Amino acid sequence: MIRRLLPLLPLTALVAGCQGIQTSGDDAGRDSAIIRDLLVTFTIVTAIFFVAVMAFLIAAYWRRGGKRQDGISDEDGVSHERSLRLGFFFWVGAVGGALTVLTLASYFTDRGLAQANPDNKPVLSIALTGNQWWWDVQYHYEDPSKNIRTANEIHLPVGIPAMIYLQSNDVIHSFWVPNLAGKQDLIPGRVNDIVLMPRRVGHYRAQCAEYCGLQHAHMALDVFVDTPADFAKWEAAQEQPAPQPTTPLAQAGYAYFMSRECSTCHNITGTTASATVGPDLTHVASRATIAAGTLPMNRGSLYAWIADPQGVKPGNNMPYVGLNADELHAVEAYLETLK
Amino acid sequence: MSSLFPASAALLCTFFLLAGCDREERGLRHQAKAETMAFVPSGDPRANDYQNNAFQLSQGQRLFGWMNCVGCHSHGGGGMGPPLMDNKWRYGGRMEDIVYTILNGRPNGMPPFKGRVTQQQAWQLAAYVHSLSIQTRKDVLGARTEEMSNVEPPTLQSPRTPINEPPAPGHAPGK
Repeated sequence: MIRRLLPLLPLTALVAGCQGIQTSGDDAGRDSAIIRDLLVTFTIVTAIFFVAVMAFLIAAYWRRGGKRQDGISDEDGVSHERSLRLGFFFWVGAVGGALTVLTLASYFTDRGLAQANPDNKPVLSIALTGNQWWWDVQYHYEDPSKNIRTANEIHLPVGIPAMIYLQSNDVIHSFWVPNLAGKQDLIPGRVNDIVLMPRRVGHYRAQCAEYCGLQHAHMALDVFVDTPADFAKWEAAQEQPAPQPTTPLAQAGYAYFMSRECSTCHNITGTTASATVGPDLTHVASRATIAAGTLPMNRGSLYAWIADPQGVKPGNNMPYVGLNADELHAVEAYLETLK
Repeated sequence: MSSLFPASAALLCTFFLLAGCDREERGLRHQAKAETMAFVPSGDPRANDYQNNAFQLSQGQRLFGWMNCVGCHSHGGGGMGPPLMDNKWRYGGRMEDIVYTILNGRPNGMPPFKGRVTQQQAWQLAAYVHSLSIQTRKDVLGARTEEMSNVEPPTLQSPRTPINEPPAPGHAPGK
């Protein structure tokens, strides 16, 4: 029997998929922890019933086992009718009880998720705007001079609720950080919201969860849950305008960026580039990825992206500019300085 | 009955051939190459590719908002700049003329966008501007627009024959 089940053993390796930077079985956020508790409750209750049903089936299978001697009458079955009836009542009671447990568990999960900010803590306010195919991120503070604009990456301090206001510029997108919470859609022309309550420091990955066009799969968002000290450091760094280029190469890149196609769409705070069509590049080199999680942030990726964005992410809205080699070197060198 | 079955099955299978009928070529991977060619002021081979391609036209419509063309031309109705929906053209209404206007600018306020938008974007914009006076194929035009408008959807309007109307000297921009 056991030997027959052995080939199924590798299936348990699937459980290894239940951890990592993008998984819904995590408890790194308040919402995802509540949902996980419900999932565990359901799994345990249904597993008990599965085992019970299987036990009955196996018992029924072994019960007679060709032991009938007369071939017709079944005295054995009838004589146990009383215990069968008892068993039946017990079974109905168990099913009714389990259904009540599951219904109550669902109800309390729903109530738990409905409490946006039960302890009435101070809230971080973030406006997240979906675009084909990247995320525009704006941190809003009471003092507007402290506002931060970035793209494709959010940082959250651990233990502080973050109120995320969701909007879209073009089509319906959906915001989903499975490690922290459930999904919420971004609908053009209206503002949705979701509260993230991160509980564990870490790097997580969010993904657009509503098909939004050609590069839907390449519309990811890096989510960093930082310690309060790290978050304050990140905040202070992001509030600064972009550093001035110092090397001649970076200065040439700066000159090209400000006078040519780049500044038609991109913003770099502290310079004359102030467009809002494309992602904000003020501290682009400090981010973990470029092009909404498409490539890791490094020199090679930057070169590839600037040289031919359509080769890396076909259909995205950054055009092929046609830089010559010198211009490419210069612009890449300048972007590298934007830490 | 049995003789009809293979015939009807074969007929049904021919419908799968329709899957081979692409509406248009989007050419995402090939755009880079095409833009290395020089601009031809008359009879540029790209004119037809861009003006009869729904994707390029809708990209042009996006750019029309992003590049703030609406700031002067409104959504085709005109304002500080001349209207683009009517059939009157001061500097020519062919695709090549519109691309030239976008890249090099025109007197009395139209700024040059050379070096600010790419060649490809200029062609996409031109395709959209060209379509505002319904000179594009009907199946390429968008059926609706995002902004408020009191005109019928482009697909329900009839084409307007272009008229060349040079600007009067010293004439103020606009209508």
